[in-house]
Amino acid sequence: MTEAKAWRGVAAEYRDAPAEKVSSLLRARSRRLLADLLRPHRRGIATLVAVIIVSNGAGLVIPYLVKAGIDSGIPPILRHEGTGTLLSVVGAIIAAVLVQAYTRQAFLRLSGRIGQDILLDLRRRVFGHFQRLSLSFHQDYTSGRVISRLTSDVEAISELLQAGLDGIVNAVLTVFGTAVLLLILDVRLGLVALVPLPFLWLLTRWFRRESTLAYRRTRETVALMIVHFVESMTGIRAVQAFRRQERNQEIFAGLNADYRDANARSFQLVAIFMPGIKLIGNVTIAVVLLYGGLLATRDLVTVGVLAAFLLYLRRFYEPMQEISQFYNTLQSAGAALEKLSGVLDEVPDVAEPAQPITPAAARGRLRFDAVEFSYAEGVPVLPRLDLTIPAGQTVALVGASGAGKTTLAKLIARFHDPCAGRVLLDGVDLRDLGEDALRRAVVMVTQENFLFGGTVADNIRFGRPGAPMEQVVAAATAVGAHAFISALPDGYDTRVGQRGGRMSAGRRQLLAFARAFLADPAVLILDEATSSLDVPGERLVQRALRTILADRTTVIIAHRLSTVEIAERVLVVQDGRLVEDGTPEELIAQAGRFAGLHRAWLDSLA
Amino acid sequence: MLTETISTSQGGGVPRGLDRGTAEHGGRHPRRPRLPAFSAAAALWRLKSYLRPYVIHLIVIWLAALLGTGAAIVIPLIGKEVVDGPVARHDLAALIPLGLLALALGVAEAFLLFLRRWTQTVSVLGLETAIRDDMYRHLQRLPLRFHDEWQSGQLLSRTTTDLSTIRRFFGFGLLSLVTSVLQVVVVTAVLLGTYWPLGLLVTVSIVPIIWLSLRFERRHLVASRRVQDQQGDLATLVEESAIGIRTIKAFGRRAHVYAGYDEMARKVHGSSMAKVRLSARFSMLLEMIPNLTLALVLLLGASAVGTGVLTLGTLVALTTLALQLVWPVASLGYLLAMVQEAMTSADRVMEVLDTPPSIVSGTTVLERPRGHLRFEGVEVRFPGAAEPVLRDLWLDVRPGETVAVVGATGSGKTTLTALAPRLRDVTGGRVTIDGQDVRDLTLPSLRAVVATAFEDATLFSMSVRENVTLGHPGAGEEEVRAALEAAQATFAYDLPWGLDTRIGEQGMSLSGGQRQRLALARAMLGGPKILVLDDTLSALDVDTEALVEQALRRVLAGTTGIVVAHRASTVLLADKVALLRDGTITHVGTHRELLAEVPEYRELLSMDIDDLDRVPR
Repeated sequence: MTEAKAWRGVAAEYRDAPAEKVSSLLRARSRRLLADLLRPHRRGIATLVAVIIVSNGAGLVIPYLVKAGIDSGIPPILRHEGTGTLLSVVGAIIAAVLVQAYTRQAFLRLSGRIGQDILLDLRRRVFGHFQRLSLSFHQDYTSGRVISRLTSDVEAISELLQAGLDGIVNAVLTVFGTAVLLLILDVRLGLVALVPLPFLWLLTRWFRRESTLAYRRTRETVALMIVHFVESMTGIRAVQAFRRQERNQEIFAGLNADYRDANARSFQLVAIFMPGIKLIGNVTIAVVLLYGGLLATRDLVTVGVLAAFLLYLRRFYEPMQEISQFYNTLQSAGAALEKLSGVLDEVPDVAEPAQPITPAAARGRLRFDAVEFSYAEGVPVLPRLDLTIPAGQTVALVGASGAGKTTLAKLIARFHDPCAGRVLLDGVDLRDLGEDALRRAVVMVTQENFLFGGTVADNIRFGRPGAPMEQVVAAATAVGAHAFISALPDGYDTRVGQRGGRMSAGRRQLLAFARAFLADPAVLILDEATSSLDVPGERLVQRALRTILADRTTVIIAHRLSTVEIAERVLVVQDGRLVEDGTPEELIAQAGRFAGLHRAWLDSLA
Repeated sequence: MLTETISTSQGGGVPRGLDRGTAEHGGRHPRRPRLPAFSAAAALWRLKSYLRPYVIHLIVIWLAALLGTGAAIVIPLIGKEVVDGPVARHDLAALIPLGLLALALGVAEAFLLFLRRWTQTVSVLGLETAIRDDMYRHLQRLPLRFHDEWQSGQLLSRTTTDLSTIRRFFGFGLLSLVTSVLQVVVVTAVLLGTYWPLGLLVTVSIVPIIWLSLRFERRHLVASRRVQDQQGDLATLVEESAIGIRTIKAFGRRAHVYAGYDEMARKVHGSSMAKVRLSARFSMLLEMIPNLTLALVLLLGASAVGTGVLTLGTLVALTTLALQLVWPVASLGYLLAMVQEAMTSADRVMEVLDTPPSIVSGTTVLERPRGHLRFEGVEVRFPGAAEPVLRDLWLDVRPGETVAVVGATGSGKTTLTALAPRLRDVTGGRVTIDGQDVRDLTLPSLRAVVATAFEDATLFSMSVRENVTLGHPGAGEEEVRAALEAAQATFAYDLPWGLDTRIGEQGMSLSGGQRQRLALARAMLGGPKILVLDDTLSALDVDTEALVEQALRRVLAGTTGIVVAHRASTVLLADKVALLRDGTITHVGTHRELLAEVPEYRELLSMDIDDLDRVPR
């Protein structure tokens, strides 16, 4: 980031902040990824090279043929020897034009196809990899960043593949081909025409360096502006309620001006670069005209050669202008590739077993065998835990936030692996179970109750894709969601708003329960989040819970104690240890920590 | 020519994911019906006032563009003179001045190009920046009602993508359109005047190019929209899979989700390929036609030279000029599409700027407010809704008193909280503070008297200090400390960089309780007389709730308060309770009174498990 502004405050930078070294566009792992992506297209790329050489050759030959037409076609006509030579030259030009046109189309299609195939491949890889990476990764790597990897970064590469490469390949081939042809046409004039090349190179090099910096600055400033804009708009209630408009305007105007200045810098660079190329080109043309004219007056070159030179020089300088775009595209694609290869290099820390065990239908007996767990080294969350939960038991985990309840639950769902010890389901280590078997047996309903786009039925069916409608309805009925679903405009076919926006928290939770019920796992973990519900909503959920709990092992993380009454067993967790264990009645009678919590809860009900 | 547009479009630097295609995809388009072409053109025309500061710049730009085009046309004609004069007559002396003239013109053309681009930078970026500042200012003034309807992504795409389109139009499109047409006309005229059969040939060859490029632009637009839409769908899938990752993992539905993504990605692949094929075919034709014309020009021209109708120099000049026409002609379709696009963008920008801010400031300033808040027969009806959200609502909150508002979901609680600070206006009745209608008060003075803390503590990606002093940029260190202490939020001093620590989305993440307490501190700063709290306790665990509750108790002690409550514990903070039902207040009394007398109230607040019909296990 550039100069810090006081209002923004200080924060640790992202771990995917752009690499500091500007010049190293591609680091080793990006190169590896690139090679990997290109490998399946080796033959296509070889064909592409052949096609583009033919195409450019045909294009380059045209001015040469124009020269031939002028120099060899006209004299016979003047001598009244007929138009045969001219006609054959024109015929050759038409042939060259057709070859060029056809190969050009072939090139564009082939390169387009390879590019799109690579994009598809990249999308699949990155998406699949994100899905494979464990939750601890996703916790750090926010969803916003996952989204921008898969949208703007992939599109940056797509931009390069679509527009950038075609232009640069053409420019390079044209420059080299033209240079060679000019020298063949006439060595003296050719050398004069090529004198400006070093200047061209210097100008381009200067532009590349500067525009790389300017481009990055533009991205940074626009990102800041967008963040501020979006936050102001999404938080407009607070903005208006707290008379924030003036200060916001001040900040926004500053960011907007920064963005303008950054943009101005890159525009000015182009404003120097493009006329610079033009200047070199025009001066060269004038010099060639002068020198060529001089040679022509002495009959040292023909008029045809002079004409060909003028045609060639135009073609020579025009593609140069394209280079000015290419660096921006390359720059952002390079940065994108860097980030994407970084993601693909992440190793899922919850690994699939090499030889997964597929047990018969799980019964749901859970055992923690000397389990230790910590997120960061030296800060144990669970110091050492031994616990057995018989199949079919309903257990409530109680304790302050940070005591380790959620960690315990996540270990059962294998969102994390223990650092030491084992978690066993029906006597099998979770790490030996295949993903499918594990997820069939253990389902965790989180606090988020995420609803996907699509219909209500789709969302319930997420628990078991392909389940017939009757089962969906049965699941909804079992958790008490059928009534409200039927009352929706299109019943089960009602589309939920984006991210379930049109459902209240209570209804979302019921749908999540229906989903879990349909999945019918042997072990169900509920990170109970009734706290965000109002009382009638909570009551609905409580009722649903009882249906869901029947006949399966259930672990409930209880934030509020209203759930505890339906549990057969309560575990009080404190600093990662089980400090109390018993039925609710026993614990209340013991006058321990649970009894205290229970009393406080009764009081809060007033 | 085309390269120039690519550069300007990328200079905009708008993250691609936020482009119109994805940002607005799937969202509602609250657009009013408009007469498309006419009003869109009018919208673009209305933006001209933003160009006023740059009149001199504009004159320079246009002069430079026209002179530059002239130079580009004249240079090949010098080539003709060279061939026909000095070369044909072996006259070395005549060559020098012609060569120097070509040199001078070449340098002039480059300089004019530089002058145009450099001057443009200032004016078009100034234009873009000024419009953006104005849009932001305007959007901040527009009421909640407007923001309810518009997703921030839509607003963003209008202030970034659309403004870039407009900037490109004023900076490049309009100018290129005029110079291209001019160049085509002048060069054709020169060709026709020099040797009419050649001129005619070139003119005829232009027609299919124009036709093709117009046709291409149309089809390309359709193809691009399709790709954009599908990319939007793909982005939605990505978003879902990223945000719902826990759910996906919990049910082990990786393969299922991947299959859905894969299918959509293939669709994008398919329609991108269609676009590639379209472009390939078009650029093939675009290159073929001028080159074939060149062959015919040579055939015709060389024969003419052979029969002495044409000089050799003229032939050379004409071939060069004919080639010069390719781009201006081919880009016409593209440029016209750009005009269309700019008009649409201008229309979208004006649509925002034309929305009148319906909540305007009054004139009265409350001197020494006491904080007596009254709702007198208030009605709120959302536009287009059959039923009012609030109706005939009466409530009297005396200075220093705290009233809890209790009601079922959808009873209008949140709407009620927006009325006192005038985030919304009533559609009937009135809200008064110390007897003054809130609509008569100046907005700054009203919002200094009424402070609000919302259900979701909105934190911005800024320092803690900036977040807390939201409405009081000038607040001193002592004031901030006092507010933080009152709200039990002194934890802020222990953050890594103290009050300078950046929080919010882009900074340090705080727990729900910490966020709530900061929001409270923010409301407390500046000592408001009236405090409106939308149940800020809902997302907290028991321990944190106790902390926040304690803070609330202190905060509410000295101010008039309205607290929207979902739970009994919050209700107990208030002196009395108002029951909101179907948009009106049906009962007012103490918690115990209502609990004893109103069954509906009991239904809402009593969590007694025995009320539930137990399901036998």
